[in-house]
Amino acid sequence: MKHLGVKFAAMALALGLGATPALAEKVKFEFWHGLSGDLGERVKETCDKFNASQSDYEIVCTSQNGYPETIQNAIAAYRAKKNPAIVQVFDVGTLDLMLSGAYIPAKKLMEDNSYKIDWDNYFGGIARYYADSKGVLNSFPFNSSTAMFYYNIDAFTKAGIDGAPQTWEDVEADARKLKSAGFDCPFGFSFDSWATVEQFSAIHNQPIATKNNGYDGLDTELVFNKTKVVDQLTFFKKMTDEGLFQVKTAQLGMDVVPAFASQTCQMIQSSVADHGTIGKTIKPGTKWAVTMLPVWKGTERKNSLVGGASLWVLKNRPEAEYKGAAAFLNFIAQPDMVEWWSTVTGYIPVTKTGFDAMKANGFYEKPQFAGREKAIESLTYTPAGDLTRGIRVGGFPQIRKEISNAMEGIFFGKMTVQAGLDQAVERGNAIIRRFEKTYAGQTLN
Amino acid sequence: MNKRAVFKSRWLPILFALPQLLLIFFFFYWPATSVLTWAFSLEPAFGGAGDRLFVGWDNFRDVFADREYWQSVALSLVFAFTATALSMFIAFVLAICVDRQLKGSGIFRFFYIWPYAIAAPAVGLAFRFIFAPESGLIAVVNTWSPDLWNPAKFGSHAMILVIICFAWKWIGYNFIFMTAGLQSIPRSLIEASSMDGSGPVRRAIDLQIPLLAPTLFFLLVLNLTESFVGPDTYGIVDLTTEGGPNGATNVMVYRIVSEAFQGLNYSGAASQSLILIGLIMVFTFIQFRFVERRVHYK
Repeated sequence: MKHLGVKFAAMALALGLGATPALAEKVKFEFWHGLSGDLGERVKETCDKFNASQSDYEIVCTSQNGYPETIQNAIAAYRAKKNPAIVQVFDVGTLDLMLSGAYIPAKKLMEDNSYKIDWDNYFGGIARYYADSKGVLNSFPFNSSTAMFYYNIDAFTKAGIDGAPQTWEDVEADARKLKSAGFDCPFGFSFDSWATVEQFSAIHNQPIATKNNGYDGLDTELVFNKTKVVDQLTFFKKMTDEGLFQVKTAQLGMDVVPAFASQTCQMIQSSVADHGTIGKTIKPGTKWAVTMLPVWKGTERKNSLVGGASLWVLKNRPEAEYKGAAAFLNFIAQPDMVEWWSTVTGYIPVTKTGFDAMKANGFYEKPQFAGREKAIESLTYTPAGDLTRGIRVGGFPQIRKEISNAMEGIFFGKMTVQAGLDQAVERGNAIIRRFEKTYAGQTLN
Repeated sequence: MNKRAVFKSRWLPILFALPQLLLIFFFFYWPATSVLTWAFSLEPAFGGAGDRLFVGWDNFRDVFADREYWQSVALSLVFAFTATALSMFIAFVLAICVDRQLKGSGIFRFFYIWPYAIAAPAVGLAFRFIFAPESGLIAVVNTWSPDLWNPAKFGSHAMILVIICFAWKWIGYNFIFMTAGLQSIPRSLIEASSMDGSGPVRRAIDLQIPLLAPTLFFLLVLNLTESFVGPDTYGIVDLTTEGGPNGATNVMVYRIVSEAFQGLNYSGAASQSLILIGLIMVFTFIQFRFVERRVHYK
């Protein structure tokens, strides 16, 4: 027995000795992200590029297969003090991170490690989503997108329609023409609040919540049951009843993106990040295009909201890892990396120099990428205003769920548009009040 | 008369039970106490123990005041009883058939237990494709009459869908126990009753069910508990209906998980799970108090 113990001790010693020099060579640190499939592969490639570019640090990238999973797992790991150095958090998780006290602000990290980042180089509409009230970035914009309007040019030609719809009046007229030309589903939509409620509100300059969508305080209240959103859903409902708009959800058998790619529906609203997927899955030779989301006639269009995710640096790691994290974040902010990332994914470039480089290379003139520049146009249509910076409302993922719940009720005939939205607002406000109580005494800085 | 060997030591049995006790402690009692502290405070997602707010019964008050919560309780009860009844009934019929040694029963006995080996999310995913109203295998019924089957639109259809999924999976499990139970019933009893002229149904009601009562009771408790709080229920709901449409399949266990992990509302979810644990205790008590009385062990 004793003999065995000695053996183990010797083995442990040998292992320890063996491990020490290896540690001295490279500092390893972890990066958790929520992208999977094709996009997950691209993240892995990003990490490989970084590891190949220098010899001091080694980044280990792990996909948690989904945005909600990533933040959940990061929280569990942070509580156990085993968190990664960098974590990707989706847009609506921003406030949870901001109030957590668990992160190192992006600007501080880079200054501490003496990297010079030109913060003004980030597109304002993107940066302000992730910045504090003074405009200082807390996290790094990484994969950014916005909602776009997709339409099938072949179907349009067949129905005798010329050009992209600019207004919802156009959409209605086009839908009628498509219907009479024999297309069963002119416009498909799902119960996703992002395009139909959030982006719609931003570009029509409508508040989603008081206090400038929550930017001015946790005591914000939802108001989208009193804005143009009511008219918009009433319009959707009327169109649906006439069979011109159709509900397309995964539960019904097909979400909007496959519905468009299979040419079941001829118009949809979806993220620009789906541009690549649609290009790959639609029947080759089909003519289709994207354009900015339509507005109602006579509306003064505002910029749309940025979606996607940003990178946060979490506390609790040894100092050496932060040097590595800063090096990595600096690496991906370089124009050539920004350009590469947008090219292979479909996400938009987050910096002006990245966008310019892509334009100069003729990226947007290539047929398979044509139209993606419209996402930048949509995001930068006007400077980000009080209602178009973003949504800083606690518990927003749950509120989104309440909205889609209400939409199910509205479109499947259980309640009126007003009653549905009132219910979503009432239940959403309860979520916000709880969030406010949980973080009582904290202010948005 | 007393010929049984008795262990004199008091510590020996405890020692034997120790591994199990430790497991229960670390994986059940310990987490349960953490849930207790969360349920009476407002827990921020990333922690921050110092400023943890004690709020007394506020979380419970919020839960009880929520109309949708009661709807969720009702849905859970409907789901648990219907799914249990369905899976036990079908499993029993299958077990009786196999026990009668009908043609091919060997092969069926082999296949019937398969569904239980499939993970609930996989079941959910498969059933979602089969039962998708517009593009699934079942879509053909909607060409006879529109919206004949549409779980994405009608709450009742969605409930039927999750019940079918759950029952399909648990039939296999129930089947194993019932077959084993039926096989332990002496053949002579069955043969004697057939000679008296009773058919298969009469034999099942008068002979097999009473003799199988302990097994049936065990399965009843297990099925009800599992369908009420089990991970299978969560997995199936998550992959087929996501609690919808408009909350029609938002059963308690799905609600708790989605509130805690998607909504990061740990405290609200903690108080709901305590209520759920309480309900399960009441449930089990009722079953032992009133149903077990009718069960005769040999």
